[in-house]
Amino acid sequence: MGDLGKYLSDAGTRGAIWRMLLEHVYLSLLPLVISVFLAVVLGWVCHRYGWFRGALLGTANIVYTVPSLALFAIIPAVIGTQVLDINNVVIALTVYTTALLTRPVSDALDAVPAHITAAATAMGFRPLRRFLTVELPLAVPVLFAGLRVGSVSNISLVSVGALIGTGGLGVLFTDGFRSRYLAPIIVGIVLTLLLALLVDGLLVALRQWLTPWNNLQGVKP
Amino acid sequence: MIFADAFAWLVDPANWSGSKGIPVRIGVHLLYCLGAVLGASAIAVPLGLFVGHTGRGGTFLVGGGNALRALPTLGLVTFLYLIAGGGTGPVLIALIVLAVPPILAGTYAGIQDVDRGVVDAARGMGMTSGQVLWRVELPNALPLLIGGLRNATLQVVATASVAAYVGIETLGRPLLDGLRVLDYGQFVGGAVLIALVAVALDLLLAGGQKAIVPRGLRLTGQPTGPKKGKRSQKLVATAAQPDSGGSTA
Amino acid sequence: MKRSLAVVVAAAALLVSACGSAENLSGSDQQAASGEVVVGSADFTENKILAEVYAGALKAAGLKTTVKSGIGARELVVKALQDKSLGVVPEYTGNLLNYFDKTNATTTSEDVYTALKSKTPSGLSVLDKSAAEDKDVLVVTKATADAGVKSVADLASKPDFVLGAAGEWAQRWEAKINEVYGVKFKEIKTTDAGGPVTVDALKGGTVQVANLYTTSADIKANGFVELADPKNLYPAQNVVPLFRSDALDDKGKAALNKVSAALTTEKLAELVKRVDVDKETIANVAADFLSKEKI
Repeated sequence: MGDLGKYLSDAGTRGAIWRMLLEHVYLSLLPLVISVFLAVVLGWVCHRYGWFRGALLGTANIVYTVPSLALFAIIPAVIGTQVLDINNVVIALTVYTTALLTRPVSDALDAVPAHITAAATAMGFRPLRRFLTVELPLAVPVLFAGLRVGSVSNISLVSVGALIGTGGLGVLFTDGFRSRYLAPIIVGIVLTLLLALLVDGLLVALRQWLTPWNNLQGVKP
Repeated sequence: MIFADAFAWLVDPANWSGSKGIPVRIGVHLLYCLGAVLGASAIAVPLGLFVGHTGRGGTFLVGGGNALRALPTLGLVTFLYLIAGGGTGPVLIALIVLAVPPILAGTYAGIQDVDRGVVDAARGMGMTSGQVLWRVELPNALPLLIGGLRNATLQVVATASVAAYVGIETLGRPLLDGLRVLDYGQFVGGAVLIALVAVALDLLLAGGQKAIVPRGLRLTGQPTGPKKGKRSQKLVATAAQPDSGGSTA
Repeated sequence: MKRSLAVVVAAAALLVSACGSAENLSGSDQQAASGEVVVGSADFTENKILAEVYAGALKAAGLKTTVKSGIGARELVVKALQDKSLGVVPEYTGNLLNYFDKTNATTTSEDVYTALKSKTPSGLSVLDKSAAEDKDVLVVTKATADAGVKSVADLASKPDFVLGAAGEWAQRWEAKINEVYGVKFKEIKTTDAGGPVTVDALKGGTVQVANLYTTSADIKANGFVELADPKNLYPAQNVVPLFRSDALDDKGKAALNKVSAALTTEKLAELVKRVDVDKETIANVAADFLSKEKI
């Protein structure tokens, strides 16, 4: 533990850790935001066109089984980015999170009772408006359940990127390992856990703010 | 173009023989995975059954499981290696630690998900607590339990690749070596192999899941079709929460 | 409804701004425009220290620099220089020459450096070499040395020995060690580039010979014995800056030449020890060196 104090006492080290943390946030949360958009679109497509559903969800299942280290490596081969490009990690994690979110979004849209959509249509809502203001909000709880899983796994996955040159806090693990120094590794693990906890808390708060009807009645839509 | 190199690497007979050949690597990889999943099951299944059956400590278990899921695999592997001074033990322990949460969550959710009416009926028939657990709750929990095992397996297959960094001769080896010398064929070929092994194992377990689940449960066990009303929604929500999370490391 | 709309707008804004900053983070093609020099390094302590030292010297000469540390082996680093991800990296003459010219047969410091200058591909160049050297070295445990293994040549009679080395070793040296010394290992195990895995494998007996680097603090700490290399399997390895020709101006070149003039093998080994053993930070050790040498 004395090591830990010594390690953190250096201002340069703290600055470097701070930059790694920011990179980690960027690498893990940007994919989350992108995949919400993608999953809503794809989920809607699945919901709307049944024949598409099997193919898309099947692909999503397979993609989700591919280990991250492998996916990080395959991305540059597929889309021709530089091997060290930070976007490889962003794209790989976006693919995972989208694969994770599409099924729940599609299921949630399927589960919106027909009489509710019928009522919205009867009130003169056009399909897009009905989707954005009625069906999507009702899918929020399920979407957020998926988002929470996605954020936790993204935050822990980013560090694997350290093995291919882009790793946020993961660099602390490779650095610490090379010089047999536990302090950076412990700092990296603790910060990763704290970050996951913080983001999870924010997501819960955001969900409650978005679905006030749940808080009032304690009833799932 | 890179995929052509990868294909060339994959079909080169020189890569398929000897102590560094692909079959040996796959074997080592699978051995680690098997050890880790068995080890984790030995811990997680009894614990999940106990907590699910008695209902004691459920919140703590779910919270703790989620926290474990956020543990960065590379951090855990390097940490345990340095603490224990190398060897295969620490890597196996790291793999077990990472495989426990999905199995625990699957077992617990499986027991929790058993219709209370069914359990009450079993009690009403005069079954003891143990009989209820073994004859009613456990068979009913199997779909989700095996789902947890599948997730754990995926997690372990992925982490075993990362473990090549600390000198374990798994399928991660060609990937990391290939990256060092920019041998794209080896790099991507290794990645493709890892992906194939993961997908193949998952399909195998999916088949096992179908075969093992008692016949009476097959119709209702899986949340498949759309528009099933309340019950299927609940299943979907639990599936997104403890079941399908964090399977790739 | 308003809330969900607000969230969609906010998320979209976040996305747009994030995409903007992505370009900065990836660093590709940025430096040519902004005049910023990106100093890269391979993934071992000494090279990382050298990268910090270079960056500090360039900064002192008034150039804007960033450091991208711990990238990987030479193959990756050179590629990163060529695709403009990096501007300058600390390199080693012998291995770099072998990389550019697989048929190279020179071994002495001067010959290697002269050959290197002529073989460096266009677009890249090297500056003055430093006296500081960091060679690959094969080491064994004291027990093995006491049993009569003192030179690489002695390994020829030990066909059951296993070597532990980085992933690229076999590709670079397996044929050559057989040609020069007639040595063939039972197996070449991939460990890491002179890191804990290699050292532990030798200590634990998984391998009988390990490839480390002469400045490594692990050799002394574990009582390992360096095998003599009388036929110069490993060529001279003077530290030398390799850079993309359009990345450095004259001020920058002069600054790095000053660093090379000040470096010696002993000083370099000391810097490595302060980081790996005393756990000082790379940045501090590098800054300390620069101020001591008045660069």
